Order: sequence, then C-alpha cells, then structure tokens
Amino acid sequence: MDIAFLWSVFLRLSVGIPLTLQLAFVSVLIGLIFALLLGFAMRSRFWPVAWLARAYVFVFRGTPLLVQVFLIYYGLGQFRLVLQDLDLWWFFRSPWYCVLLALVMNTAAYGAEIVRGGLQSVPAAQVEAARAYGMSGMTLYRRIIGPIALRQALPAYGNELILMVKATALGSTVTLMELTGIAHKLISETFRAVEIFLVAGAIYLFLNFILTRLVVWAERKIAPDLAAQDIATQDIAVQNKALQTATVH
Amino acid sequence: MDSLSLLTWGTQGWLDELTFATGLTLLVALAGFCVGSLIGSIGAAAKLSPSAWSRGLADGYTTCLRGVPDLLVIYLFYFGGSSLLGAVAGLFGVTGFVGMPAFVTAALAIGLVNGAYQAEVLRGAYLAIPRGELEAATACGMSGMTKLWRIIVPQTLRFALPGLGNVWQLVLKESALVAVIGLTVHLPAIDIFQWFTLPEVRFNDLLRQAHVAAGSTRQPFVFYMAAAGFYLLLTTFSTLAFQWAEKRALVGMRRH
Repeated sequence: MDIAFLWSVFLRLSVGIPLTLQLAFVSVLIGLIFALLLGFAMRSRFWPVAWLARAYVFVFRGTPLLVQVFLIYYGLGQFRLVLQDLDLWWFFRSPWYCVLLALVMNTAAYGAEIVRGGLQSVPAAQVEAARAYGMSGMTLYRRIIGPIALRQALPAYGNELILMVKATALGSTVTLMELTGIAHKLISETFRAVEIFLVAGAIYLFLNFILTRLVVWAERKIAPDLAAQDIATQDIAVQNKALQTATVH
Repeated sequence: MDSLSLLTWGTQGWLDELTFATGLTLLVALAGFCVGSLIGSIGAAAKLSPSAWSRGLADGYTTCLRGVPDLLVIYLFYFGGSSLLGAVAGLFGVTGFVGMPAFVTAALAIGLVNGAYQAEVLRGAYLAIPRGELEAATACGMSGMTKLWRIIVPQTLRFALPGLGNVWQLVLKESALVAVIGLTVHLPAIDIFQWFTLPEVRFNDLLRQAHVAAGSTRQPFVFYMAAAGFYLLLTTFSTLAFQWAEKRALVGMRRH
C-alpha cells in the first residue's frame, strides 16, 4: 500500500473535518431543544398537541433523510419567488442552511422518541412518592423525573449522536464539501476508491470513537451507582464462571 | 399543467413511473436485506464462536461498518467495485473492463452495512434462547445440524423479529441513497414466441425517478413530496407487517 498517497489523501480530507463537525455539532445542539419540546408534547394531555407531535415524529422517522434534504434544498426552490418576497431566500439558497435544517428536523424526531422513552421509564411510584413529599412541578422534574429519565435516555442518545455524525455525509449530495464530499471528489479524480475509503472511514471511526468515549464518560458521571453496579455484576459473572469450572474439574 | 395532474396514471402523469420506481426501491431493499442476513448470520456466528480470531474479526466488522457513513460505502462499491471485480476477473484470465451492474452494487453495499446491524440483532437473539433447551436437544441426541434447524434457527428468528423489523426500516431508508449513484435497471425488449413483444423498459429507483420528474417538469416540490409519501407508505406497511408477524411468532409463548 502506498503510504505517501494515503498521507496526501489524509491531508486533503482533513480540510473537510471542521465542516463535518460543525454540521453535526450545530444540528445536535438545536435539534436537542426541539427534541425536548416534542418529547414533552408527545406526552401532553391536550390531545391536539400530542397528536401533532406524534404525526411529526412519524413522518420524519418514516422517510429517508436524503429525501428530506432534497425536499428542502431542491423542492423549496419551486417557491423561489414567494421565498424571495418573504425575504427567506438567502436561507433556502444556501446548501449549508438547508442541510442543517434537514438534520435538525430529523434529529428532533428521533430525539423526541428517546426523550419520550426516557420520561416513560420513570416509575410511577417514584413520582407518587415525590408528590407525597409535597414536591410540585419544577422541583419534581429537577430532582426526580429529570435525573432518572436522563440516565435511561443517555445510551440511546449516544447512538443518535453517532448517527448524526454519519448523517452529515448527506451534505455532499447538495455540494457541501465535508469529509464525504471531498472523498467523492478525490475518488473521481484518482479512481483509487479503496484507499480513499480507508482513510475517510478511519477519520469517521476516530470521530465516533471519541464520541462514544465521551458518552460513556457522561454515563459514569451522571450514574456512578449504575456504572458500579455494572462492574459488580461483571464480577459476579466472573465468579460464577470460576465456580462452574471449579465444579466441573 | 397543474401539480395534481402531474400525479396521474398514464403518459401525461408520473404516477405510473413513480409506482414502478417504488417497486424497484423495494426490490433493492429486499436484496440488500437478504445479503445483510447472510453476512449478518455469519457475523453473529463468528461473534459467538470460541475462537478469539473470528470474534475479533466480526467485532471489527460490526464496529467499522456501523461507524462509517453508508454513503461512503456506496461510493466504495460503486467506484471500487468495478476495479476489484476486474482484479478478480484478471486472476481467472479475463482482461479488460468488467462492469458491475448497478443493482448488484447497490444490493452489496446496502447488504454489507446492514449485515453489521443484523449480526448484533441475531447475536442478541441467540443469547436469549434458554440454555436448557440447547442442553435438552443435545441430551435427546440431536446432531449439530438438527439442533441448528430444529431448535436454534426458529427460536433465534422469533427473538430477533423486533430487531429485524428495525433493521428492515433502516434498509428501506438506506435504499434512497442509491439514487446518488443513479440506479437504473434497463430491460431490453423481449419477444415472446413472436406473439407478443414486451417493450423495452427502464426502471429508476424512487428518489432518482422523483429527481428526473422534478427536472423535466420544474416542479421539484411536488415530486419530492410524492417520493416522501411513497417511502412513508413503505415504512408504514412494513411496521404493520412486522407487528402482525410478531403477534404470530409469539403465539406459543407465555406472556409475563
């Protein structure tokens, strides 16, 4: 394998890393706010709100992200004159904003489902107990529901973060020159698809590896007792195994 | 021409083209899922094997393929597949350019990514089989293959069904990515016993077809919305089908 070529590919690809990270980071940040709002809305007792939120999540989880990107970037171009009148054309003309919008709307839908699952996992008895202590509204959320839901939701949300890093690759279909966009350009210039794929793939793997480490660290941080439990159960498993082998011999 | 008449059946509208395109998308997804099942079962078996080598290899495969964008894998197969195939063909003495059909490229690329997810699902499902049943099968004198077919495969499938449903939804949505490499299947005209001639047809995948229609009518919003609608139909029907299948598969199980 041609190390010099791999290195030159890495140098050219690394130019795209900031854009990839920027897309992922900004969309996750804004998407999280919408995900929280939607997640609560899905559990609302006022049925039109719950119904609307559920419909939104259903549509955005049921269609491919690429279709959403094309719909926003190419599709809304059909209404160019209207958008120009509304002074919104600068937004929908830019592939960066369009991809960002698609990513935000998409991760909001998947995130909402995670938030809903987290909230649902809080045992009713704990809420009752808190109410019995006289906790109300915000205190209940801050002390009981929030922390328990967060612990439940964090592993799933970690998965969603990795999916988002991968999803930024779709930006390359609407001319954004992030990692995959540059990789595509290099492949069509040199036709050395395998080498370029290896380098680009390694960069994505590295980014996602750091991300998973961060999520695991956060899990330990917010739920040290659960992490300790994990280790304890592992120890028990090891002991059991040792016991079994001991009895067999 | 107003937007609604664009979505009628026949030569004027695009509904027939979009419907056939949905069929091709479904076929690609099915092919990808089958390839994924094959790779996934091998991957799951390797992950469960006592050999550290095969476990490491399978873990590497699932970690890598789940951490890299699907689009990148599709590019690899589209651009790299032909040269790889050419190299393999060269070993057998075939020289010159060997092209890979777009459908095969798409199915292999989707299958390779999907296999990584299926391997995890199948591994989890296998581990959910009560150990006692496997021991009982051995005690009854079942050989490896009999045990596999009578005990392991049916139970693994039963436990894997919800996970496989999720993976199928992934495949359906991933199949949209093949529009980027432009999946077109071209069937030449066929003469059936010189009695009836099937015309030559070209099928695009759903998103590609929407792209083509959007380009020629300058109504992109209408067609991308239509494509989104068709995808929504596919995913909704899949959800219902898997719910039905799960209900049937769990008929014989005790509910807690």
